[in-house]
Amino acid sequence: MEALQFIKELLSTPAIFIGIIALIGLLLQRKDAQTVVKGTIKSILGFVILNAGAAVIQQAIIPFGDLFQISFNIHGVVPNNEAITSLGLTQYAIETSSIFAIGMIMNIILARFSKLKYIFLSGHHSLYMSCLIAIILKSAGMEGWMLIATGSLLLGLCMCVFPAIMQPTMRKITGNDTLALGHFGTCCYWLSAQIGKLMSKIGDPEKAKTTEDVNFPKSVSFLRDNSISISIIMFICYFVVAIIANFGANSGEAAAIFKGSNWFLYATLQSITFAAGIYIVLAGVRMLIAEIVPAFKGISEKVVPNAKPALDCPTVFPFAPNAVLIGFLSSFVGGIVGLAVLALLGQTGLAVAIILPGAVAHFFCGATAGVCGNARGGLKGCIAGAFVHGIAITLLAAALLPVLGDLGFANTTFADTDFCVVGIVFGNIAKLVSSTGLFVIVIVLFLLPIAYNYTIGRKTGKKESK
Amino acid sequence: MADINKIMCFCGCGLGTSLIMEMNTQTTLKEFGVDGVEVVHSTIDDVIPGAADLFVCANDMLHIAEKAGRAIGIKNMLDMEEYKEKLGEIFGR
Repeated sequence: MEALQFIKELLSTPAIFIGIIALIGLLLQRKDAQTVVKGTIKSILGFVILNAGAAVIQQAIIPFGDLFQISFNIHGVVPNNEAITSLGLTQYAIETSSIFAIGMIMNIILARFSKLKYIFLSGHHSLYMSCLIAIILKSAGMEGWMLIATGSLLLGLCMCVFPAIMQPTMRKITGNDTLALGHFGTCCYWLSAQIGKLMSKIGDPEKAKTTEDVNFPKSVSFLRDNSISISIIMFICYFVVAIIANFGANSGEAAAIFKGSNWFLYATLQSITFAAGIYIVLAGVRMLIAEIVPAFKGISEKVVPNAKPALDCPTVFPFAPNAVLIGFLSSFVGGIVGLAVLALLGQTGLAVAIILPGAVAHFFCGATAGVCGNARGGLKGCIAGAFVHGIAITLLAAALLPVLGDLGFANTTFADTDFCVVGIVFGNIAKLVSSTGLFVIVIVLFLLPIAYNYTIGRKTGKKESK
Repeated sequence: MADINKIMCFCGCGLGTSLIMEMNTQTTLKEFGVDGVEVVHSTIDDVIPGAADLFVCANDMLHIAEKAGRAIGIKNMLDMEEYKEKLGEIFGR
C-alpha cells in the first residue's frame, strides 16, 4: 500500500513528473547515461527555478493590482506570457506538461499525414500554449485523460495551422520558402499584413517607401533588452497608480500596502522586482526547454523530412531592422489607445478590467507585426499594421479574462494574440457544449487536414505535378 | 584557431532564436572538425565583455554584441552556408 501511495505522490508532484517525462524522452532517444542524468536534473531544475520566479512575480504584481483598484476602482491587468504561465504552472503543472509532451507528438503526426508540413520549434511558446489550454479546459470542467487528449490534439493543431497561415507573408519577408514563423501572435501578424496590402494601394506605389529607406535612430534599440524595457514600462505603470493611491481619497489603504516605505521608492523597487521575476522565469523556461527542442527537432527531421521548421519571431527581425523599432513604438501607441477604449467601456460598465501595455508583447509581437506590414505595404503598412496590432492585443486580452477561471482574476494574463484567440474561441465553445462534445469537435478539427490530404488534396496534388 | 573557447549565441529572451543558432553553430563546428569549444545560448542581459570569446546573434543586434567583444551577425537563422562562411572566417576554414 505504501508503495502505491509513493507512486501516486511521485506522479502528482509537478517537478518530479516533468523530470520523469524528460527521463523517458531521453531514454527513448537512447542517450548515454551522462546525458540522461544531466537532462533529467536540468528539466527539474528548470521547473523549480520557474516556480521561484513565479513567487517573485506575485510579490510584485499583487500589490500593483490592489493599488490599481484603490486608484481607479477597476481591475488592472499587465499582460505577460511568462508571468501568467508561471502562475498557471503552479496550479496545473501535470495537465500542462502532459499536453506539452503529447502535443509535440501530435504536431509531428499532423505534419506527417497532412499538407501542413510545419514543425513548431519555439518550445517556450508551445509551453505557454499548453498552459493556456490546460487553464481553459480545466475552467470549463474537463478532467483527466479527456482533458489531456483534447488539449494535446488542440496544441498539435495550433502548432501546424498558425505557421501555415503566415507562410505567404513569410515568403514575402525572407524572399524564399525555407523559413516558417512559429510564434503565437499569428492572427495579428496576418491582420497587419492585410492592412499593409490595403496601404500599398493608397497613393503612388512608385513613391512608396519601405521602413528601411528611412533613417531611423538606433537609440531606441536599448529597449530590446527585455529586463530594461519591462522595468521602465512597469515603473511608469507603478508610478501612476502609486501617486494616485498615495494622494487620492483612499490614502489610508494605500499606506497599508506601502508598509511605511515612501511611495516613490516602493514603486521603483516593485517595478524592478517584477522584471527580476520575469528574468528568473525565463531562466527556468530556458533550462526546461533546452533539452527538449533539439530532441524534438531531431525526431521530427527523421519522421517528416520535408517539413519546414517554424521559428521564433526574432527570426524575421534581421530582414527589416527599422520596421522592428517602428513597429514596437506604433504598437505601443495602439496599446495606449486600446487602454483608453477599455477605460471608457469601464465607465459604462461594459469592461471589467483595464489591460495595460505589456512591454514584451508590444516589443516582440508589435515588431513582428511591423515587419509583416512593411513587407506588404512599406512604411505606411508597418505603422498602420503595428498600430492595429497594439489595439487588438489589448482588446483581445480583455475578452480572454472571463474564460480563464480563477486565473482571470490574477493581475496578469496572456499577451499574444493566438493565445487570446484560441482561449476565447475554445473557452467559449467549452462553456456551450459538454466535455465529450468538445473532445469530438477537436478530434474532427484535427482530422480534417489529414482527410483533405488523402481525398481532395491528393487529386489536386496530382494535377499540379503534371 | 583564434583562441576561441566559448561561443555565446544570444537573442532578446534567450529562448527560441538563440537556441536555434546554438544548434546550427554546433553543427557547423562539427563539420569543421573543431573540438572543445563550449557553445551556450542566453539573453541579451548576459552579453558583457568576457562572457564569451565570440558572440553570435541576429544581424540587427550585431551593434550591441560588438560592444561586448568579437561578434558575428546572422541574417537567415537556417542558412547553414551563412554559418559556414562567417564562422569559417574566424576559424580559418
